[in-house]
Amino acid sequence: MTTATTPSRISQAFADLAARGEKALMPYVTVGHPLKESTLEIVPALVEGGATMIELGIPFSDPLADGPTIQRSGYQALQNGVTMEFCMETARQLRQQGVEVPLILMGYYNPVLRYGLERFVADSAEAGIDGFIIPDLPPDESAELAELSQAYQRDLIFMVAPTSRDQHIASLSGRASGFVYCVSVTGVTGARDDVSASLSGFLSRVRSALDLPLAVGFGISTPEHVQEIGRDADGVIVGSALISRLDEADPADAPAVAREFMRYLRGNA
Amino acid sequence: MTSTIPPFDITNLPDDRGRFGEFGGSYAPVTLIPAVEELRTAYNDIREDPDFHVELESLLKNYVGRPTPLYFAPGLSEAIGGPKIYLKREDLVHTGAHKINNAVGQGLLAKKMGKPRIIAETGAGQHGVATATVCAKMGLECVIYMGELDVERQALNVARMRLLGAEVRSVTSGSRTLKDAMNEAIRDWVTNVDNSYYLIGSVAGMHPYPMMVRDFQSVIGRETREQIREVEGRLPDSIVACVGGGSNAMGIFHPFLEHTEVELHGAEAAGDGVGTARHAATLSAGVIGVLHGSRSYVLQDADGQISEAHSISAGLDYPGVGPEHSYLRDAGRATYHPVTDTEALEGFKLLCKTEGIIPALEPAHAIHLAGTLAKDMTSDQIMIINLSGRGDKDMHTVTEALGVMS
Ligand SMILES: Cc1ncc(COP(=O)(O)O)c(C=O)c1O
Repeated sequence: MTTATTPSRISQAFADLAARGEKALMPYVTVGHPLKESTLEIVPALVEGGATMIELGIPFSDPLADGPTIQRSGYQALQNGVTMEFCMETARQLRQQGVEVPLILMGYYNPVLRYGLERFVADSAEAGIDGFIIPDLPPDESAELAELSQAYQRDLIFMVAPTSRDQHIASLSGRASGFVYCVSVTGVTGARDDVSASLSGFLSRVRSALDLPLAVGFGISTPEHVQEIGRDADGVIVGSALISRLDEADPADAPAVAREFMRYLRGNA
Repeated sequence: MTSTIPPFDITNLPDDRGRFGEFGGSYAPVTLIPAVEELRTAYNDIREDPDFHVELESLLKNYVGRPTPLYFAPGLSEAIGGPKIYLKREDLVHTGAHKINNAVGQGLLAKKMGKPRIIAETGAGQHGVATATVCAKMGLECVIYMGELDVERQALNVARMRLLGAEVRSVTSGSRTLKDAMNEAIRDWVTNVDNSYYLIGSVAGMHPYPMMVRDFQSVIGRETREQIREVEGRLPDSIVACVGGGSNAMGIFHPFLEHTEVELHGAEAAGDGVGTARHAATLSAGVIGVLHGSRSYVLQDADGQISEAHSISAGLDYPGVGPEHSYLRDAGRATYHPVTDTEALEGFKLLCKTEGIIPALEPAHAIHLAGTLAKDMTSDQIMIINLSGRGDKDMHTVTEALGVMS
């Protein structure tokens, strides 16, 4: 998708990492968790700890693809009064604070639809958000959002799973941009002890069909996972394992906990 | 957006993407996409397979107890005043509600697909009981998700499901009702997709569920059409059904869609009233959105968060509605009316007293609506109410409510 125009911030970030022989580390945080203002401190701390891109989760009342940890964080954020506008404002403030890594909004389709698709994409662009992941918006239903994303030069990132058929993966060519979100397991989000043994075969299937960086998420929680997955993928996504550490910590310590966890995953603890 | 609605050939919707006009579709999480495709193919195959239909028909006749009577209700007709009122007696089928029609059909399909494990959500527990029943009969493992609140208020059905060998999992997230049970069932399906079949209980969810569940339930409307022609020599003037997800209503409506002279009316649960925060009247007060895999009217707040629905009847306590109802509403082919808890209890008592039939609380909404609509009708007109289920499961709720209210 990145034709003659300047590459997106996400594509550029992957290109820079690849040039240095490094992998992307992409933590997921729910906006407004544990406290409403926490995200403004947690994100810079994640970057300090070695995060190379950030997923900002928009809380939703009915997160179908999430396990208990992320469900609870979203519930907390909603209790804290987080709205779509607040998520946009958070991104805007992070940019004002000087956060330069790619910011990706991840959220379910209904709040996006309610906000208005064009308004969502336009406000995101204005707030400094680089891309979107909508887990319940499959490619077949995504034409309108894909078009808008392109018009505003944002990346629309699609997920693929071990169950995905080759034909489905190939159909993303030309539609997906930024990177491909490879779901490591058949299941909902949540930390797991082992990463799937068949991951490598799955990744090579995706690799041969699509000319985009591959980031692997769901279940990743240890430096060993990061190492292992880094052999086949271009980046890892860490959600539940980070959120549960934030849950356990005193909210005042959340930034420090976030920073240390990134260092730990990078193997620099 | 009425312009997106094509002229009437609404009998052969949805299109191949599962669209009823702008409604429906398939908003499935990525892991489920192949499973949903597999289901679509399997359903298309059996739809054309005469052997499947022979088997299904035999089960409906000998196991479910079909056809159900179309009963002329003289006491109710007289009490209400106006049209002749008939009741389609889905309360008389095995397990006590229309849900079994769909459970038998999908159970057979699951078996053909070689899926040994069945997952289902349930609100009132009627779909859970129907699913557990079919699983017991067909030798399938059965896991039922049910909101914690519904586990409490439909305890009888929980006991039935367990007796039938199902595992009932109480869901404690969100409003602890049908919506949350459905979330949990979908999460289970995502996790166990290779060996599990998700047996949805209403005309909701991603394509092909709204179409498939409607097809399995439309036996209600086909029988009704034949029966009323036989006794009255003509079609009815109006049909009334309650709408939760909308399966009993779609089942009786669908064969009548092409007969535009037949008015179709849906009764939605208005809880404490549509003007309050406590109701489940999706088509009366919802906004178009995406919930549980399809685009339809949804009760939601200004930020797109799904509202918690409220109804005295667990089976109607859902903030979404099947996409085909949204389509019929916007196309003007069916009309949907809110009925409060108090009104439903009046309908409940009325049927008990005038006909000696104890209805479930869900169709009690339809009975009350019938009373309202009948005021504008005359004695030479005919109205049919879909009596979707019987009231045994609701005795606890009703005695509690009436103890307080009368
Ligand atoms: C007797 C009865 N009627 C109606 C419903 C509502 O479902 P639907 O709108 O899908 O018919 C239920 C659901 O549990 C029910 O048990």
